[in-house]
Formats: sequence, structure tokens, C-alpha cells
Amino acid sequence: MSAALLPLVQLDIRSRRGGTCESEDGFCPDWIVDNLDRYVSPLLEHVVLTMVSVGIGFAIAFAVALLAHRREWVSAPVGALTSVLFTIPSVAAFLLLVPLTGLGPLTAIVALVGYTQVFLFRNMVNGLSNVGEETKDAARGMGLTERQLLWRVELPLAVPEILAGLRIATVTTVNLATLAFFAGAGGLGAQIYTDITFRSNVVVAGGLAILLAALFDLLILGGQRLATPWRRAAAA
Amino acid sequence: MADQHRQAAVVEFDHVTKRYDAPTGRDKGKPTPGAVNDLSMKVPAGKICILVGPSGCGKTTTMKMINRIIEPTSGTIRLQGEDVTGSPPDELRRRIGYVIQQVGLFPHLTIADNVATVPRLLRWDGSRTRARVDEMLDLVGMDPSIYRGRYPKELSGGQRQRVGVARALAADPPVMLMDEPFGAVDPIAREKLQNEFLRLQEDIGKTIVFVTHDIDEAIKMGDRIAVLRTGGKLAQYASPAELLMYPADEFVEDFVGADRALKRLALQRVRDIDLWTAATVRSGEPVAEARRKIAEADIDIPLVVDDHGRPQGWLSERGLAGERVRPELRSRAEPLVELDDVLRDALADLIESEVHYSPVVDPDGCLAGVLSLEVISQSLHVPPERARTSTELVEPAGDDAVSAEIEPA
Ligand SMILES: Nc1ncnc2c1ncn2[C@@H]1O[C@H](COP(=O)(O)OP(=O)(O)OP(=O)(O)O)[C@@H](O)[C@H]1O
Ligand SMILES: [Mg+2]
Repeated sequence: MSAALLPLVQLDIRSRRGGTCESEDGFCPDWIVDNLDRYVSPLLEHVVLTMVSVGIGFAIAFAVALLAHRREWVSAPVGALTSVLFTIPSVAAFLLLVPLTGLGPLTAIVALVGYTQVFLFRNMVNGLSNVGEETKDAARGMGLTERQLLWRVELPLAVPEILAGLRIATVTTVNLATLAFFAGAGGLGAQIYTDITFRSNVVVAGGLAILLAALFDLLILGGQRLATPWRRAAAA
Repeated sequence: MADQHRQAAVVEFDHVTKRYDAPTGRDKGKPTPGAVNDLSMKVPAGKICILVGPSGCGKTTTMKMINRIIEPTSGTIRLQGEDVTGSPPDELRRRIGYVIQQVGLFPHLTIADNVATVPRLLRWDGSRTRARVDEMLDLVGMDPSIYRGRYPKELSGGQRQRVGVARALAADPPVMLMDEPFGAVDPIAREKLQNEFLRLQEDIGKTIVFVTHDIDEAIKMGDRIAVLRTGGKLAQYASPAELLMYPADEFVEDFVGADRALKRLALQRVRDIDLWTAATVRSGEPVAEARRKIAEADIDIPLVVDDHGRPQGWLSERGLAGERVRPELRSRAEPLVELDDVLRDALADLIESEVHYSPVVDPDGCLAGVLSLEVISQSLHVPPERARTSTELVEPAGDDAVSAEIEPA
């Protein structure tokens, strides 16, 4: 694969006439205000990449975690696999997948989904197995079926850990998605690399990625607080 | 609770055996010696049956076979004559209350939602469930308006245990299983919960299978006590008094403890034993008459009573000096023991007041007799010919004497 395939071409997004803030790679508020619209579509690409990857990752992890909850032997090998996946350097993963899935969002999503698993799967399995034996004993003793036990007791009680996993997975995905342009998937990373020497550009694109991660994090945290009022109850 | 709620079922074990498979190592898959061994017994409807015995003797296993959390290796368990394996476990369990030591309240649900668990599984409509939840919380002494919306972790251990009982009772099951329900709370709270529960049981009249390893709790709570020995063998199945009076063998004797005579004091009431008589005299009555009465009584000191027959005090010798009785007391009539007091409390009163005997009064406050240390010690005496009879006290399922008790009172 040749590097020519990759959109690493540096573009001119500013005037290079001497003596201006822009020509000196500086931090130029005026330029930023005038050029904000350049960042809208990379930002949206980034949001979509993150949400789609985390969404698919969540569905996969959830299905496998439920399986592992029923069949305990599944848990250890799958857990190990997710760790191994996470150790693959992300740029390598993006580049290695291109021959299989081609340039574009699909490749990026496949890799990003892989990286979410270590957080999502682990936390789901832990959350489910941390439900107290006495709680399950009481539930069964009162006549809940295994399915009712799962949906009415185990999963609700695992919500804090599942959402904690979701938070890390999401923040990590926002972060890794800044390299998704290696797979030709655009995003804020692509915007950074269009002019990596221009401080205004790097600050705005990078700042947006940070803000995006923080925003997702807050949203999930807020959701968690709404979903688990019982955790805030004061102990007697 | 209204009387139509009183429903209870007979629980019957018929040659029930449970062996767990040895899980690991060389013995993998081989059956173990047996957690419960050929157990046959019948719990009469509406009674509290205590399973008691040393740790690992199979109490929990026995209990959990009733609601099929554990399936027996062989034998049959019947509920009101019906084999428990005849219905799916989930349906069976909704008809059986279940309380465990760690309570197991659902931490993510409010107290009301916890109590509503089984009614919701049974698809009761919302208003019926809500009314029932409040009724149950009231029943266990927890104000619904305060506790309905709280979460389990906002309650104390004793309160959680009460909610656990309310939750188990919510769908009005004829049978309740309770595994060391008061084991995790401090002794003072435990005593309180035990008393509350006994009072509650008087209203609800459920058949209760209650596991404990505490013989004192067993004696206090049980209508019948099943003593299990290690290996899950039934050592004796009897009423608390019988167990204390006639332990079937050395194991039971050891288990109930060297102080079993003293434990019996907690079971017998003053009204159950033969009291001494005392002469009662009134102020102004002829001394000759008084002396005649004194001669007939068991003790030679007369009691002065008022016009209603209520004891005032013990008459001194000087009170009998003249023609007529003068109310000269040597001591006041204290302590006053009541007919309904248990012997243990009455004895404690005597010892504390440093007296050898004291008047006993009926609920109206009138003299009913005199309780003395001697009377108490006689009541503890076991007729030797009845000591250590074993077989007749272990009542297997189908025993006629037990069948007679089946009908709820
Ligand atoms: N799931 C199991 N697998 C194998 N053996 C078991 C299992 N559960 C209990 N046992 C064994 O069966 C025996 C009886 O256990 P059980 O829990 O019924 O005793 P227990 O009387 O309730 O004891 P404790 O007072 O300690 O609660 C014990 O020897 C125990 O080790
Ligand atoms: Mg036990």
C-alpha cells in the first residue's frame, strides 16, 4: 500500500502573506472566527464515527457479555481477546484493515469497535457478576424466572458499571477517532493534519475533540444519575 | 389482618435425601455422604417449625428443598398433600414466602417496589398492589408514608429485616421459609424482632419453617423443633417443652445444653404449676377465724387483702395479738407475680427482691396463690420414668398423633 493513498496531503487553509498572524503559525482569534465553518463537517464526521462505533461496540459487547454470564467459560478467553485487541497500535490497525475493508468510515468503525470492547465487555461482565448472591437468592426464592432475574435485577444493578465502561469507551473512541483519517474516514484528525503546523488550526480542531469527549462524558454521567437514583440515597 | 387471610398448609417430608456431588479433585462426580438423610417429618398447618442443629448439618438444604431451590436426590416433599415437583419452580415459589439472613432486598428498588415484587409477578392490578404494600408495611410496624419511597440502604438492619418479612408475606403465601432471619442483627434488635414476629404470627397463622443454629431462639420461637445432626439426620422432632424435658439421646441433650432445666423456665407460665396457698385476712376480722385459715394454708404467714381481695402485705405476729386482726404488716406484698408471667421472669423477681416466696395475682389483681423457690424447683423435676424416651417423640410423616394437629386452629 502506498502512502499516496492516504489523505496526508497538507492543504493551504490560510494566506501565507508575510507579517500576518496566520503566516507565522500563530494563534489567531480573528482567523478562527472567520473560519469556524471549516470545522463543522469534520466535527459531525467525528460525532458520527464515535456514536456508530460505540453503538455497535455496545451491542456486540452486550450480547457476548450475556452469553458469558450464562456460560462462565466464555468470559476469560473473550476478556483476554479484548485486551489483545486493545494493545494493537491504532494507526497500525487502521492501515492493516484498509486492504480488507477499503478506505473510508467502515474501516475506521471496524477498528474503533474493536477498541471499545475491552471497556464495554469487561465492565458488563463485572457488573453482572457483582450482583450479590443474597439478592439473587431472594429473587429466585420469590419466583423470578432466570430471564426476569436478568432484566429486573441483575442488569439494573449492573447499570453503574456498564455506564462507567461506556464512558471510558466513548472518551477513548473520540480520542482514537482523531487517527481515523488514516483509514480515510475524516473527522477532526483529518482537519488537524490538513495544516498541522498552524497553531490556530490545531488548537481549534484539537479543542473540539476534547470538548466532544467531555460532552459525551457528561451526557452519559447525567444519564447514569437519572437511571440510578438508588445510588444517591444516603446510607442509614 | 382479617381472618380470611389466614391460610396455611401442611408441609410434609417423606423419606427425603439430598446428596451433593463432590465438585472437584479425585472424587469428582462421586456422591458425597449426604447433606440430608432420609428425612421424614410433618409440619402441621399454621405452626412454626424450627430446624436447628450445628453448622453444616443440612438445615438450609432441608429448607431450600421445599421451594425447589435445591432438588432432593430422592424422596418427596408435599405441600398440603401436593407434591412440590408437580408445579414449575417459579409458580411454586410465588406461593411460598422466603426470608433469608442477608435479607436480599433489591438495592435498586424502593421499599414499596420491593414489597410489591410477588404481587407484580402474579400480575395483581396497581391499586390492589399499592394497598397491599401499605398493609404489609403497617403489619411489620413501618409507617408506609415514611418508608414507601425509601431505598434499602436508607434503612437500619432491623428495618430491612422487617421489610424482608413484609415482602415475603405480600402475596399471602400459606407457607413461609425463613433462614436465620434474625441472625444478622444485634441481640437487642433480634429480641425485638422475635417478639414482633411471634405477635404477627398470632394474626397470620402461617406454616413457618424457620432455620436457626441458636437453640434459645428455637425454644422461644418454635411450636415444634426438629433437631438435625451432622449428615442431615433427624435426631428429634418435638415441642420445645418435650425437647427440654425428654431429649431423645445424648446428642440432643448436649445440643440443648446443660442448662436445659433453666431453659424450661422460659417455657412454663406461673399458671401452669401448682402454687402454694396462703391464708387471706382482712383488717378487723376475728383473730380466731384468721388462725383457723392459717392452719389450713401451705404457709403460716397470712396475707392481708383489701375488700377486693387484692394483696396488701404480709401480716406481722403483732397483728394477731388482739381480738380482731390489726393491719400491722411485716412487709409489703412485693414482688407481685402475675399468672401469665413465665417462670424465668417470676424467678428473677424473687431473686431480685431477695424473698423466698411472693403472692401471685390473677388479671384482676386478686390473689391466686403463692409462688416460692420450692414450687419452682419442683416444677423443674422430670419424672424419671419418662426421661429418655426417644422413639415415641420422633413423629414420622403419617403419624396419627400428628395428623390430628393438621387442621388449622
Ligand atoms: N452447593 C453445595 N455443593 C456441595 N455441598 C454443599 C452445597 N451446599 C451445602 N453443601 C454441604 O451440605 C452440607 C449441609 O449444608 P447446609 O448449608 O444445608 O448446612 P446448614 O445446616 O444450613 O449450615 P449452616 O448452619 O452453616 O448454615 C454441608 O456439609 C455443606 O458443606
Ligand atoms: Mg444454613
